[in-house]
Amino acid sequence: MSEAGMNIVIGGAAGQGLATIGRLMSKAVVRAGYHLLVTQKYMSRVRGGHNTFAIRMGPEPVYGPTESIDILVALNQETVDKHRGRLAEGGLVLAGDDLDIGDLNALRIPFKELASKPLFYNTVALGVLAATVCNDETILEKLLDETFAKKGDKVVEMNVDVVRAAFDWVRGQEFNFTCLAPPEEDGGMMMVNGNEAIALGALAAGCNFVSFYPMTPGTSVATTLIAKGAPLGLVYEQMEDEIAAVNIALGASYAGARPMVTTSGGGFALMTEGVSLAGVSETPVVITVAQRPGPATGMATRTEQADLDLVLYAGHGEFPRAILAPADVEQCFYLTHLAFDLAESFQTPVFVLTDQHLADSYQGVAPFDLDDLPDVARPMREAEEGYKRYALSEDGVSPRLVPGFGRALVRADSHEHDETGWITEDGMNRVVQNSKRLDKAFGLEDEVVEPDYYGEDAPDVLLVCWGSSLGACLDAMEKAENGKTMAVLHFSQVYPLCESLFMDDLEKAGTVVAVEGNATGQFAKLITRETGFSINNHILRFDGRPLTPEYVLAGLNGII
Amino acid sequence: MVSMEDYGDVQTSWCPGCGNFSILKSVKTALAEMDIAPHEVMIASGIGQAAKTPHYLNCHMFNGLHGRSLPMAQGMKMANPDMPVLCISGDGCSYGEGGNHFLAAIRRNLDITLLVHDNQIYGLTKGQASPTTAEGHVTKVQPSGVRSRAFNPMTTAVAMKTGFVARAFSGEPDHLVSVIKEAMAHPGFSLVDILQPCVSFNKVNTFAWYQERTYFLEDHDPTDWAKAMGVADEFDERIPLGVIYRNDRAPYPLDRQLAVHEYDRNDLKGVMQSYT
Repeated sequence: MSEAGMNIVIGGAAGQGLATIGRLMSKAVVRAGYHLLVTQKYMSRVRGGHNTFAIRMGPEPVYGPTESIDILVALNQETVDKHRGRLAEGGLVLAGDDLDIGDLNALRIPFKELASKPLFYNTVALGVLAATVCNDETILEKLLDETFAKKGDKVVEMNVDVVRAAFDWVRGQEFNFTCLAPPEEDGGMMMVNGNEAIALGALAAGCNFVSFYPMTPGTSVATTLIAKGAPLGLVYEQMEDEIAAVNIALGASYAGARPMVTTSGGGFALMTEGVSLAGVSETPVVITVAQRPGPATGMATRTEQADLDLVLYAGHGEFPRAILAPADVEQCFYLTHLAFDLAESFQTPVFVLTDQHLADSYQGVAPFDLDDLPDVARPMREAEEGYKRYALSEDGVSPRLVPGFGRALVRADSHEHDETGWITEDGMNRVVQNSKRLDKAFGLEDEVVEPDYYGEDAPDVLLVCWGSSLGACLDAMEKAENGKTMAVLHFSQVYPLCESLFMDDLEKAGTVVAVEGNATGQFAKLITRETGFSINNHILRFDGRPLTPEYVLAGLNGII
Repeated sequence: MVSMEDYGDVQTSWCPGCGNFSILKSVKTALAEMDIAPHEVMIASGIGQAAKTPHYLNCHMFNGLHGRSLPMAQGMKMANPDMPVLCISGDGCSYGEGGNHFLAAIRRNLDITLLVHDNQIYGLTKGQASPTTAEGHVTKVQPSGVRSRAFNPMTTAVAMKTGFVARAFSGEPDHLVSVIKEAMAHPGFSLVDILQPCVSFNKVNTFAWYQERTYFLEDHDPTDWAKAMGVADEFDERIPLGVIYRNDRAPYPLDRQLAVHEYDRNDLKGVMQSYT
């Protein structure tokens, strides 16, 4: 453990309730004012298997997931056996007294003594963990009250009693572990995971329609949208397949809804004809693609960044698009909000490209500020006489009317069409309309989110990354002990790219290293395609696990 | 008063003698007789000759992808429940590529009307078998005759207890108009399967073939499901026309026009607050 942070890993089988312990602990940590980053690893099964819920906490912001473990909460023997090698110096194991843990530094929890029924063993583990890391008892009690209030006072009381017993027990134990210094801030932060933040960003942008076909890890964007948005008037539907999910969203968008479609790579593969339809019909739609390892079903609950090419090239024909790739929970919110504005402003599909790691990663963040958000573009409410849906304009954007406002007719078409939406195969018209659509790319380029640059100017080593890999790169930069100056260049918008915003950074660096969660360096290739700048060094992870600073540093050893 | 002329008179790309002409005219007539003005109706369509129909009408329209007209039509309705939504396409689009959507749309029961121009052949791609082409029917790409059993949209729809199931014939335009009006008035998903000859590629199911076999249902109680199943199954020497089955299952509930629906800022702040 360093002063800067602590890494807690809770491990056990699916069905043992480790995610519940993890979520409550995380919220307690956030309410105590610490920053936090959660990494969840789970298997595609409802019971059994081996899952982990890792909480990295610190008084200052924490970025990427990390390998070393300061506290290991072992709910079963497998957890001890699998993770003992990752224990940091002075690391502590919290485990029931029935587990074989050898000579590890441990606190043996007498579950039976602290709780009358196995039903409360989870709460015992939570209480012991919270007490061990010096969390405030009252924070946890209040959390239990909020969590179980619906089940009645009796249930709240029983859980609170168990937590008190756990705290009392820990106070009476002698063990070797030092808590982190309390943070200076006094809480007030939100605890949100990536997919929840995407849903909240969508709601903040006025998203009022969501369609989806369930697929991990994209589904929880839809479930959050429905849970939080339906009471406000959001319309939603689980569709018969992904093809229907994107087409119903386009129909809704045409008629005035602000839709989101959520899926993952395999589902998105089915949506590509709809993406193409959005392109030619100039229908705004925001699609969240939460990446997981493919091809095909791949590893359903693991993470990867290998669908960039799929999203980049999805849909036949040529039309503009934007792809946003948030690094963290905060960017999930703000970039999704931006995605809705871009989709409406340029009447074209816009993608939020996230991944399982970020989707399930809880973070403590400053409350999202609704008052400071820019306005989101809206379609027109009235049209002049002679309205044409695909009227030519200087920037390629035609005024968008939706049916229901006045007598002007709105005619959208999947065929090549003229300004009125009339199907035609006239060659000159084709060139004019296709060019009109492609002209929107210039406007999109003007709105590109500038990549973020961290670290030394003109460094010896520049790590180039995108999406959720930022945390691991920032941590790696801080931990690097190679005597080189280092910097990180992170793209939260991966398409379109705007050369003038980053070429200097690439050219000034000694060695440029692309860090990506895929096997072929898709983003590095995209940079080469767009700029001609060739990145020859890669640190690539594609074992289904998120990038960590340890992984990046190990990769860097082989390069410099 | 709305007149047929309000829906325009556009030159089409259909073959002379095509059943589509009569259907187009019947749609115009039905809309005018229902006093629905062009800016008061939305039409979704897929791909195929039938799916070009909204191009030949003054109306709000979204001409989408092959087989995907129903998802699109449902999205239009969900975003704007105040406006009637017609979905117009052919047998290939609706029952073939869009088969899964057809089943789901029946189950979902949004208040839209699906008009299927059913000529038992793929016309736009020049004569391959469609889901409703009869077993044994010889085409250029099925030279030994179609080996799949023909899909019967009527029995399927009745079996699924679709709210409104009717069959019409392009050669009986007055009847067709009345069925379209009845279907549009039905508050839920309604299906009108419209038999029509394809003069270019279907030399079996010709105008005369349909004319010889079709008859109007009389003394048929469309609320009697078991009897409706029997009637729906008739598609040989005798083909019934009219409302085969109907029920009053409540449509998918919708109550707001999304184009004007904005969230209350304080409600949104409450949502954010729930995460602290």
